Formats: sequence, structure tokens, C-alpha cells
Amino acid sequence: MNLSTTLAGALVASTSIVGMAAAQTELTMWYHGGGNEVESDLLDSIVTDFNAAQSDWMVSVESFPQGSYNDSVVAAALAGNLPCILDVDGPVMPNWAWAGYMQPLPISDAALDGHLDSTIGRWAGEVYSVGLWEAAVALYARQSTLDALGLRTPTLDAPWDTEEFMGALEAAKASGDYEFAFDPGMAWTGEWYPYAFSPFLQSFGGDIVDRSTYQTAEGALNGDAAIAFGDWWQSLFTEGYAPVSQDPATRDTGFIDGKYAFSWNGNWAGVATLDGGVDDVVFLPAPDFGNGPVIGAGSWQFGASGTCEHPDGVAAFVEHALQDEYLAAFSDGIGLIPSTTEAAAMTTNYAPGGALEPFFGLSEAQALVRPVSPGYVVAAKVFEKALADIANGADVADTLDAAVDEINTDIERNGGYGH
Amino acid sequence: MASKLTTSNRAGWAFALPGFGLLAMFIVVPFFFAFFLSLTNQRLISPNPTEFVGLDNYRNLLGIRVLSIEPEVNAAGEIVRDETGAPEYPRVRTFTRNNPDYPQYAGMREWFRWHSGDTAKVVVARDVVFWKSLRNTLMFVLVVAPVQGALALGLALLINQRLRAINIYRAIYFMPVVVSIVVVSLLWRFLYAEEGLLNSILHGLSFGMFEGRDWLGDPDTALGAIKAMSIWQAVGFHMVIWLSGLQTISPTLYEASAIEGASKWQTFRYVTWPGLRNTAVLVLIVITMQAFALFAQIDVMTNGGPLDSTTTVVFQAVERGYGKQDISGGAAISVILFLLVLTISLIQRYLTREK
Repeated sequence: MNLSTTLAGALVASTSIVGMAAAQTELTMWYHGGGNEVESDLLDSIVTDFNAAQSDWMVSVESFPQGSYNDSVVAAALAGNLPCILDVDGPVMPNWAWAGYMQPLPISDAALDGHLDSTIGRWAGEVYSVGLWEAAVALYARQSTLDALGLRTPTLDAPWDTEEFMGALEAAKASGDYEFAFDPGMAWTGEWYPYAFSPFLQSFGGDIVDRSTYQTAEGALNGDAAIAFGDWWQSLFTEGYAPVSQDPATRDTGFIDGKYAFSWNGNWAGVATLDGGVDDVVFLPAPDFGNGPVIGAGSWQFGASGTCEHPDGVAAFVEHALQDEYLAAFSDGIGLIPSTTEAAAMTTNYAPGGALEPFFGLSEAQALVRPVSPGYVVAAKVFEKALADIANGADVADTLDAAVDEINTDIERNGGYGH
Repeated sequence: MASKLTTSNRAGWAFALPGFGLLAMFIVVPFFFAFFLSLTNQRLISPNPTEFVGLDNYRNLLGIRVLSIEPEVNAAGEIVRDETGAPEYPRVRTFTRNNPDYPQYAGMREWFRWHSGDTAKVVVARDVVFWKSLRNTLMFVLVVAPVQGALALGLALLINQRLRAINIYRAIYFMPVVVSIVVVSLLWRFLYAEEGLLNSILHGLSFGMFEGRDWLGDPDTALGAIKAMSIWQAVGFHMVIWLSGLQTISPTLYEASAIEGASKWQTFRYVTWPGLRNTAVLVLIVITMQAFALFAQIDVMTNGGPLDSTTTVVFQAVERGYGKQDISGGAAISVILFLLVLTISLIQRYLTREK
């Protein structure tokens, strides 16, 4: 309460100065990228352009560090002090929409034309949020590694199957050239686990919840497919293919230093890997574990808060921000995948022939959003703990059963989360 | 009944008012609020109305039973045994999941088991993680309270001397207290890492005999590592309290004992220790309460893992209340912790009372 009052006070103080200057209607905006100068500058330039381009609205931005952003929003919502324009992580959006912290965004269909589907946040049949960019995950490897181990290069049309993938790990392990064959990224606790690892589960044929009803996880998270996934996941660590615990620094540099043969990592690490001197890095598609290859989707998006009186102003701002030149600028600035093909063509990295171009194809071909449900926030936490426990040697079936019970209890206690 | 507190003591009450007011606002009222919340299904974020659910939250946290499992028998009625001769048991999940014959065990999970004859006695709990966090917290308190108290007293005795530059030592011992616990936890995470300082020192000292280990990544050593680090971090604080106690002991008593020809140990046993009585009670209670509140180290260093070996009650309260948005469940944990700490403090007061 105290925090949000202070924040609200600061907000009022900072916005009233700007408000006096023009007759435009004030729209406040919260952004998650506090502390990142490049990101802030990009957003500021969009806001400045928007404020100058029309005379109805005046947007002012307040940035928060990403780690405490969601907490700040929840605290502000409880105290009734939300800004008008909210920045929201894709999988969290249904939770906020369901709770009434967000309202549908009255944006025109034309503005969303050509956007990657996973950058559009929909809940209960309406558009609530739209993203300027997408993120994607790929299996990082060196071409030289593939050649040395005699491995076929997988493609989007013909990804590795389970056997080929495990064969590749075994070959890398047997070569003795690497500390570990595979780096899943265990150091990145939090949303990385469901974002990066639940696609493996989905590729096995399971899921975090049963998406046909969103009322239970029974069968999805502890059925035969899920147990097969759990056994496979555990074998990565018991067979010595992957490290159970990892410090964040090794996560950042391990692949570049040649400690790992394969690394499961996002597009945001691509530039650093190239700059780190790995010239022959290849971004391989996710393996197909039987139910099709899958990677996670959905990144940060913009929407209107539930208490905002001017959703049309928010829509005007978002439509302005969705111009290809801004998408391209964000992509060039912080390495994210632009939402449209046209914008991708304008970027250095994602243009045809660009260094990170494969990621755009991955997003189009393999991306599956995380369960679109207000209950996802809790389910994601439960899933993260279950995967950490299994990696540490816990019994697979018992751990998944416990996760199912916890998710189901939560769904029940929330009256089914409005599905 | 008139007492000093109530008669012509307006000034006293006026002075106490700000303190009492703040205590009431930030401790007493929130506690009653938490107690009320723990009887509802209040969520952090939800459009659903809050409902009164009675003691459900407590039942979900504390539900625990013992399940007896008979070994599997084959068609001939003999007990099925594996290669080592140990009997084989049906899995616990066959009793606790979708089994209408055992409704009392539904949704429970194995915590630990023991064997009586060929029957396996399995302790199943509705919330195993909470029970583990209770056990971890108690183990933490049991080790940290005496060890930290004793070490702090030792340090206080060491620095309670008239030596040159003694203030430098005082500052060194006190330094970890001043540094933020989050920073200290981060640093110790590096010390404990597999290629960290601790392993390389042990490797060097043992002439290469000692193989590096991942102190925080191993369920057997993780809690111990956090205990050691926590003791080191806060020992300086309690050292200062002991020191203030030591300095209230009159020098004439020491002179008298020296004249009587008391040894160092006798001086400590019959002069210093009795003089530290009240300080000891204070230190013990403060350490106990601080140890029960263990959170920051866990949050920074292990997140409760691996395999729940370092999860604690406060960590669970925060994780549940904010992480999983279940404010009523988090409130129930806080109430249980409050009752636990209150009970233990009362027992300590009783045991250390003036006889």
C-alpha cells in the first residue's frame, strides 16, 4: 500500500508538470524496461513522436525494473492507482484481464494485419494487448560441432526426432570435448522454465493444463506422455548430458567458451554469441519428441488498464507504436524479433540473409503460446518447481502428481478462472 | 486498581503513544487481519468474491496421516521380493489418487516412511512442502541459536580487552552485520559454487584429496551451508549485545576474584556468567526469533531447493501469498508461525525465569 501511494505521488508530481504544457489528454504508461538505457531511449522516441504527431493525447512513461514490475502493477491495482497504458508479459495478460486490471483494447483490425499471431494477446474472444516484438528459442550449436560429430543438420521441415537428438548428445558426450553436451539453461529460474521447457512437454504430447477445458491438469501433466517427458528430462541429468545446477555467468558464456556442445537459448543471446567469436553458430529448430516440434511464444505487450478512461487513446498510441520502423528500431536496439515480415526486412539481423533470420522462421513455424488462462501464473510456478525437483532426482510420477494436485486445487479455489 | 501506570501518568502515556500507535498499526492490526484472512479464500488478484472457508486453509497445510502398506504378494501368497530381498510395495499413488477405498488419503503425498516388520508405514501429508519447511526451520533454529550465541560470546570475550587497535577487530567482526543480507547471500553463493573459493581452499588444504562439491546444489549440504553462512553473518550483532552486557559487570568483582586467586575459568563461571544472565536471555530470544524468520538467504541462494531441503516457513508464506497469489494460504502460514514462535518464546521465558 505504502509503496504504491509513494509511486502514485511520484506519478502525480511528474505528470502534472507535463500536463500543464498542453491541452492534450494525459495518458500515463508503465514500462518494464527500467535500467536499460537503449530500451528507454527507443520507447521515449516513440512517445515523443506520438505526442507531436497528434493533438488529442499526451503519453508519459514511467519505467520499472523488470524484476519488480509485476509486483508494482499488482500493488497499484490493489490500491486503485494503475496507469492508463500497461505493459504486460504475454502469458500474464489473461490473469490481469480476468481480474479486471485490463480492458479490451479497441484497436482496428487493420493495425494488426500481418502481425505474428503470438504477438496479439487475446482473452475471452477480445484483443487485450499487442506486442511490438516476439522472442524465440533455438538449439544453439556450432557447424563445426555438427561436422565433427557427423550429425545431420536439422531443418524446420525435418527437425531431429528424439533418437537423433539423444544420439547427438551421446556423440557430444563421447567426444570428450565438452564439459556437458547440453545446456538447457538451469541457471535462469523463474519464467524461463515454463517458457523454455514446457514446449518439450508439449512435444511429447503432454501440457501444463488440459487446454480443451482449462479446468484440470490431470492427464495432461501426469499422463503417460508427461511421465515419458519427465523420465527423459531426468535422464538428461542422471546420464550426465546436462548440469543440474549452473551459475548465471556460466549460462551466459558457457556455450561461447566451448563448455557446451548444444545450448537451448533465446534469440536475445544471438548477438552476444556472434560477438563472442562463434562465427559458425547455427540456430537449430526444436527436436520433435513425437508430437511435433514446439517452442514457446508470447513476449511483452501493450494494453489498456481496467481503470483507464481513455482506451481509445491507448489504442491510438499502440497503433502508432506498431509502425514497422519502430518494430525494426526495437529489434536493432535490443535484438528482439519484430512482429511483422515487413519490419523484419528492415532490420540488420532478421532481414533475409541476416544473422538471426532463422529465429523469425522458428517463430512462424514452431511457436505455441503458453496456456491462455488466468491460472497460468500459478501453474507456471508449480511447473517450475516440478521440473527443478525432477532434475534433482525426485520421483517423476509422484512429482507430477503433486503438481497436478496443486494446479487443480488452485483452479477449483478460483471457480474455474472464468473459462 | 490504581497503579503507577494509571494514576497521574498522562505524560508517560503521551510519550508511549507514538510507539504503541506504530506497533498497533504495523504489528497488531496486520496480525488480526492475517488471522481473519486465513479463514477465508481471499486471493491476491481475483474478481471472485471472498468467501469464508473456516479452517480449510489450516487443514490443507497441516493434514497428515500414517498409511500402512502391506507388501505385494504373488498368486501363491508369498511376498514379492526384489534382488536384494527387500519386499516390494505398491506405489503410494495407488492409494492417494482416484482410489475410492481410501478417501481419507486422497491428494496426500509421501513425506517419509519406516518399516515395521514387512509393513511399510508411510507418513503422507496434504502439503509435504510445508511440513518440510517446518522441519527445516526448526533444524535451523536448533543449530543456529546455540552456536551463534556461543560464538558471539566468545568473540565478545576476545574483544573485551584493553589491547592496541582492538577497535579494528571490533569493526571487522561487526562488518557482516552492516552489509545487506542480500549482498552477503550473493557473495556466499559464489563462495559455495562448484568452482568457488571454498572448494579450491579445501582442495588446496587437503593436497588435492578433496573433490569439489556443489554445496548449495546438494540436498545433504545445502541447509548446513546456509546455517554456517547465517551464523557468520549475524554473529557480530550478538557479539555487541554480549559486549554491552560484559561492560556492565563491575570491575570490582573481577578485582575481588583476582585477590581470592580465582582461575580464569572460575572467574568466568562465577563472575562473568552470572552477570550476563539477563543478556543471555535477550540474546537467546532474539536469535531464536531471527532464526525463525529465515527468508532472504533462501530467496537469494536456493529458492527452497534442491528437493525442498532449504525451504522455510517464511519462504513458504511469501511464495504462497505472492508467488502463487494465495493470500489466505500465506496468512494461515504466518499465523502458524506466530503461534509457534510465541510458544517457544514463552517456554524460553519460563525456563530462564528468575528462580
